[in-house]
Amino acid sequence: MDVLQLIVSGLANGCVYGLIAMGFVLIYKATEAVNFAQGDFMMLGAFICLGLTNPEFMGLPFWISVPIAIAIMGAFGYALDLVVLRRMFGQSQVAIVILTIALGFVLRFVAGLIWGHQPISLQSPMAGRDIRLGGLVLGLDEVVVILVTVILTVVLYFYFNRTKLGVAMQASSQNQLAAYYMGIPVKRIHSLIWALAGMVAAVAGILFASKGSIDPSIGLLGIKAFAAAVIGGFGSLPGALLGGVIVGLIEPFASRYIAAGYSQIMPYLLLFLILVFRPHGILAQIHQKKV
Amino acid sequence: MSVIDMALRAAPAQPRVVLAVRNLESYYGPIMAIRGVSLEVREGQIVSVLGANGAGKTTLLKTISGVMDPEKGQILHGGENIAGANPDKVVRAGIVHVPEGREVFPLLTVEENLKMGAFTRSDAEGIRRDEEMVFSYFPILAERRRQAAGTLSGGQQQMLAIGRGLMAKPKLMLLDEPSLGLSPLLVKEIFQIIRRLNREQGVTMMLVEQNAKVALEVADYGYVMELGRIVMADAADRLLQSKDVQEFYLGVQEEIQRGQKRWKQKKTWR
Repeated sequence: MDVLQLIVSGLANGCVYGLIAMGFVLIYKATEAVNFAQGDFMMLGAFICLGLTNPEFMGLPFWISVPIAIAIMGAFGYALDLVVLRRMFGQSQVAIVILTIALGFVLRFVAGLIWGHQPISLQSPMAGRDIRLGGLVLGLDEVVVILVTVILTVVLYFYFNRTKLGVAMQASSQNQLAAYYMGIPVKRIHSLIWALAGMVAAVAGILFASKGSIDPSIGLLGIKAFAAAVIGGFGSLPGALLGGVIVGLIEPFASRYIAAGYSQIMPYLLLFLILVFRPHGILAQIHQKKV
Repeated sequence: MSVIDMALRAAPAQPRVVLAVRNLESYYGPIMAIRGVSLEVREGQIVSVLGANGAGKTTLLKTISGVMDPEKGQILHGGENIAGANPDKVVRAGIVHVPEGREVFPLLTVEENLKMGAFTRSDAEGIRRDEEMVFSYFPILAERRRQAAGTLSGGQQQMLAIGRGLMAKPKLMLLDEPSLGLSPLLVKEIFQIIRRLNREQGVTMMLVEQNAKVALEVADYGYVMELGRIVMADAADRLLQSKDVQEFYLGVQEEIQRGQKRWKQKKTWR
């Protein structure tokens, strides 16, 4: 029974990593830039929801602040691309990467200014409740995290494969020039992808916050999620989720069966092994262009 | 008097002009790739633009389709100057560009590629009908409709690129090197289909080619480009007969070499 509880809490953590990793992959596939502020997007989404919900700030009902927080992060992503990144179009990828690293710092300090650097808990209705299945006691928050991730993954799958705009996003990430030729507004699609990444990050942040207290430095979780994305196969959305789940599962098992200190090393050790033996990741999407 | 004026005088009472390019200048980075090009494309015709590598043919097409912005000049289409317009506006106006080297969406299926061709349209019924039309011209695409486009052969990818362009319901199609990298048999097949599309679907075609022979055989009218300028313009059959075109683009060797070594000959239009 212990093992099962370990698996559930590992899965719940892994889902959050997976969602952040999906944000990385979304932006990488569409724009070939890596958004190192993705973890801080997650943090910001969590804090916006917290700021709207908690009684010491705005005190709105949780179920109203969730969609508002997601919408705000979507608008933030869209505006960031529209106002800043579109102007950097044609610059080297390194410039964009450094910009996102700097943005991460800025977001962390802005969040600290507004909500303070002390850990705060989101007043979510899930907090502290349990689900009992026979002899098994599971945290409601963890079950909700897993369920929401599954639902979001299915929604994203249908969005990318069944809707015109979703397929157009795939198309412009596979061949930007051809997308231009077909009259697909590639720049607007890029902005929409940033919006989507912001929204996914907000969901990840709210889920993370509902599992425990948060402070502005949780954005650094993005590094672990980045490792997860590479493990799963950078450039593959299912790979990102898989990588996140693997990292999430490794941690509790490592601290339980090896030693507590090892749990933080294992994800990176795995990353190292993957890079050596399967450099494109577990679910690599490799294709070669025919001449 | 420009070459175009001469051409116009020679052939009165022609179909109306669907695309008129006037004194177009385009830069490729610091290089002036098009140096004042003027040409006309008439409704229902196939117009071929010939020229060697680097003559500016592709730049010309890219400037028309809005992927590149011109420095100077006009591109008139339907009474409007579309020079410098965004590609999506040009596609909506009925001009679609089938790029050089196919450029399909490799991980999308054949069907999804075709759907993306119709991105600017929203008439579901018409899109479905046009998909059937594309499949009737390229039956192999219907067979492979669920296959990823990247797994198709080069010839099939070229067919898909043309089919995808047709899905935009163009009045004018810009074809960039449709023969590139294809076997002679496939080239023949593709050009037959281009001709049929022109006749049966009424799609006006402007095609850019290095393969001068096929391009002129299928065309009504032809232009020859060199170093960013149009140096010859005439009906396609007359161009096919022209000594210069024969020598420099068709590789026809003449028995009598005008009393000079071949490499010393000057092109007469320079």
